[in-house]
Amino acid sequence: MKTSEQVLSELLAAMPEVKVSLLVNPSASAQHSLLVASEDALRVAAYLRDQLGYDYCSNVTGVDWLDKETTEKRKTSRIVLKQVDGVEQSVEETVEETVKRVDPGYLEAVYHLFSMKHGPTDPHPPLVIRMRTGNRSDAVELPSLTPVWRSAEFQEREIFDLYGIVFRGHRDLRRLLMWDEFEDHPMRRDYVDPDDYEYEPTPHDDVLKRAEQQRLQAAQGGAL
Amino acid sequence: MAVEPDLKIELGKQGVFVTTLNELYNWGRRNSVWPMQFGLACCAIEMIATTMARYDLARFGAEVFRPSPRQADLMIISGTVTKKMAPQVVRLYNQMAEPRYVIAMGACAISGGPFKQGYNVLKGIDRYIPVDVHIPGCPPRPEALIHAFMTLQKKIEAQPLTGEARPRHLNAEAQGEFPVPVPSAHDLNPPVNRLVWPLPAPNPGESA
Repeated sequence: MKTSEQVLSELLAAMPEVKVSLLVNPSASAQHSLLVASEDALRVAAYLRDQLGYDYCSNVTGVDWLDKETTEKRKTSRIVLKQVDGVEQSVEETVEETVKRVDPGYLEAVYHLFSMKHGPTDPHPPLVIRMRTGNRSDAVELPSLTPVWRSAEFQEREIFDLYGIVFRGHRDLRRLLMWDEFEDHPMRRDYVDPDDYEYEPTPHDDVLKRAEQQRLQAAQGGAL
Repeated sequence: MAVEPDLKIELGKQGVFVTTLNELYNWGRRNSVWPMQFGLACCAIEMIATTMARYDLARFGAEVFRPSPRQADLMIISGTVTKKMAPQVVRLYNQMAEPRYVIAMGACAISGGPFKQGYNVLKGIDRYIPVDVHIPGCPPRPEALIHAFMTLQKKIEAQPLTGEARPRHLNAEAQGEFPVPVPSAHDLNPPVNRLVWPLPAPNPGESA
């Protein structure tokens, strides 16, 4: 059975100009995936289906990666003017400074591919390919892979609904689960639930405070 | 005015049947409660089982599930009410003719159940329409639904025809139509009908 690395080398041998890289899964399952640049995705997908036999897309899902802030401590040496024994001298000093780095977040679409044509004798293992958007706010477009795998149609709609990735070239990109008027994307990590608070029959402590607050709001003509 | 039970039995022994209009009226109503043919999730499977030969809900006068809300007396909320479905449930309830009753069947219908913390499930249908009987369970067994049905029958039987506690269909001032929530940008609008789901009363010890 071939691994994702071999699929990648076959792919690059046929199309050396496409931007595809291996995304290593460090866990015990070692199910590596291929990260495909969005501009090459349709060509790569068509090649995977027609030449390598990946004719079945079983699952499409989304992942939301928030901005990641990493702080690291670095030791640097610099020359400082100092008073030593009453005389001003330039002394080399080692200083530790913390550097903050923010990796911008992005949205990811993950496609799980199988080969029905070859079945259990398939030389190609189940394959996972991923695409990433530019950011989480305005560059959220990805090419739709429904022209290659029809089964991705509803699942791409679901990702559009829950994560907010806009699939370019999708024939019918509407919300699938939530109502059309809905504006949020509930599976995003920073989604905030509506406040439909449940009261106990005998509210006390914090619950009672919340109840008092809402009663006050209602008295002032609020909705709740 | 009720007939004294002892007197009733004594007269019955003499071949005289005595009753009150109230009793006769409620006897007829409680033995012919037709549910609406309407299922929402897995609880509906148990509801279907309840109507079949082994449990046979027809023994209690609920043999016909009506496909139209206009002909139904009872709405069994059998399963999860999603926020997308809630407006339709309220609208169906509004379309039913009085007297009408509601059984909230299962954990989801009474409180949201395992999906309570979710973003898309209504936390109990009693936020929008008045519910007569709640049955816990996930899903409740057919026996539980039959028990709920018998509880509803007892409730109907005990309803007086006059006075403050009379049923809604005999009270011209009672609210007949319940506002249908509108799907909006973040949640249903309004998120709750405060007439049927009021805020908890302030503690009696406090001056509020």
